[in-house]
Amino acid sequence: MTTPYEIKTILADRSREKTEDLAQEAKRLTEQYFGGAIALYAPLYLSNYCTSHCTYCGFHSHNRIPRIKLTEDQMHQEMSYVAKTGIENILLLTGESYNVTPLSYLKTAVGVAKQYFTTIALEVHPMATDEYQELFIHGVDGITVYQETYDRNRYREVHRSGLKSDYDYRYATPERAAKAGIRQISMGILLGLADAAFDLDSLYQHLKGMEKKYPGVEYSLSFPRLRPIKGEDFVDRGVDDITFIKIICLTRILFPRVGINLSTRESPGLRDRLLGLGPTRISAGSNTSVGGYTIKPPEEQDPQFDIEDTRSVAQIVRILKEKNFDPVFTDWRFVK
Amino acid sequence: MPISVAAIEDAPLMIAGRAFKNRFFLGTGKFKNKSDLAQSLEASGSELVTVALRRIDLERHQENILEHIPKDTTLMVNTSGARNAEEAVRIARLARESGYGNWIKVEVINDTKYLLPDNHETISATTILAKEGFVVLPYMYPDLTTARELVKAGAATVMPLGSLIGSNQGLKTKEFIKILIDEIDLPIVVDAGLGSPSQAAEAMEMGSDAVLANTAIATAGHPAALAKAFSLAVAAGRLAYLGKAPRQKDFADPSSPLTGFLFDPLDPPIPSNPGRESGDLEKGGSTPPFRFVPRNRKAISGI
Repeated sequence: MTTPYEIKTILADRSREKTEDLAQEAKRLTEQYFGGAIALYAPLYLSNYCTSHCTYCGFHSHNRIPRIKLTEDQMHQEMSYVAKTGIENILLLTGESYNVTPLSYLKTAVGVAKQYFTTIALEVHPMATDEYQELFIHGVDGITVYQETYDRNRYREVHRSGLKSDYDYRYATPERAAKAGIRQISMGILLGLADAAFDLDSLYQHLKGMEKKYPGVEYSLSFPRLRPIKGEDFVDRGVDDITFIKIICLTRILFPRVGINLSTRESPGLRDRLLGLGPTRISAGSNTSVGGYTIKPPEEQDPQFDIEDTRSVAQIVRILKEKNFDPVFTDWRFVK
Repeated sequence: MPISVAAIEDAPLMIAGRAFKNRFFLGTGKFKNKSDLAQSLEASGSELVTVALRRIDLERHQENILEHIPKDTTLMVNTSGARNAEEAVRIARLARESGYGNWIKVEVINDTKYLLPDNHETISATTILAKEGFVVLPYMYPDLTTARELVKAGAATVMPLGSLIGSNQGLKTKEFIKILIDEIDLPIVVDAGLGSPSQAAEAMEMGSDAVLANTAIATAGHPAALAKAFSLAVAAGRLAYLGKAPRQKDFADPSSPLTGFLFDPLDPPIPSNPGRESGDLEKGGSTPPFRFVPRNRKAISGI
């Protein structure tokens, strides 16, 4: 296993040759284990109510934005729109509020989503094992939960209040989901919060521990990079494009079969160049505001983060085919 | 000089009453596009393909992968994604309900790091599905006990892995596959890990009945060329296997071909003076007619 020192050295080496070497090896492995398949998904925000104060997030509890939560009819409206674009793999998101979006609300949302999508994942507040179990039985295939940073001091600095400020509870969330039978778990770090090499190594250790204990789960990793948000001047530790690409490539090399997710935080140009170097699942036609697809006009939307790649699903599919990749809409279906 | 027709005629491989002249089976995952797949199918002449139900676009957003598979090709849906027998059974039933036939490759993998199959759950799934009338081709780690259980469970073949899926490492499990070939009376289809046509030939030369490959073809620079190469290699390996088996005199005792003449009164006695005519003795030095009998009875009966 690559040591923290080796990871640091690899990321620090900004030479053209070393970067190209990493990319070539990542390309070879991605092709060998995934062929040309790139799975497509879209996020759909159900609610931006949040009781946690995470200084980097547009939804944080101290941010003065209009709070909204979708009704069941609005869920149908939003989901129907996204489903018409061809998306079959939906990621439902909420802020972190146990009161406003309890388990019952999430089950309602999943029940609606099952009518439109074949694969349903949730990125919501961490829950208990029995709650994940109920969701799994109800039709949830995946859980996404990012530790954000594994640097405890930094974690405390940026997660000032609310349940998210509990580092250990969050750390144990993937395990609770796995125990409940959830088949796909996405983990990740928010690049720019703390030292990238340290967080990367810690994430790898976290994943290795999970793989050993719960080998049947399909794991994937995400590497969102900090983006500016409304109402906050946030000093980030800047992960530039070279480092970002090397993180993706190194992850592919060290974990040949693990999925790598790539969201629309990144620009079209960069996303296109990353195809084939590691990512196995990318979002398309995204909107990161509650009701942003059909309910709220653009000028009234409060996105969780700004989107750089605004291309539609159809455009992304065309680009993938032009570059000789195979866009995959359905990679799993809940079978009763 | 062009290669002439095979010197030995081979019977087709029979699985569940279907005859397969081509012993190369193709996996359809990992192709960059559907036309690569279609061309690979055509170039190889493969008569059986496997498709993951998880990837079949039942909702018809894009061109369905199945539209590129000729109607007379046997379609075998695989239960990729199933972590236990229950999930495999559900997937199989859905495949049949969706009109994709009842040939199922049972693939039960509760290990996303190595993609090693769970033999125990595979036996369970096979037992249930065979009773429900499915033609079950279970993917397994080459273990003799498991294979015996799969026979009892009603499997149509046994599909031992050569090495880890997608690894291109070849026949890492060669010695254990040989045991299956010797001891199991079902067709042995080597599946997973074959990275080159020569590895496929090796599998056939040692007596496997068929080979399935996916990664090495789908991820090649010219998939159709590799598909054809695999198909030719499988045929070559098969011919080598058939050709290597010793021929047998049609009147000899197969249990003692070399010394049967000492004990068998039907054998012509050794002439004391080769070439001298004597009553009912054959002329010494003549060669009795031979009939080809391969070492393994499966070779000509096609079982």
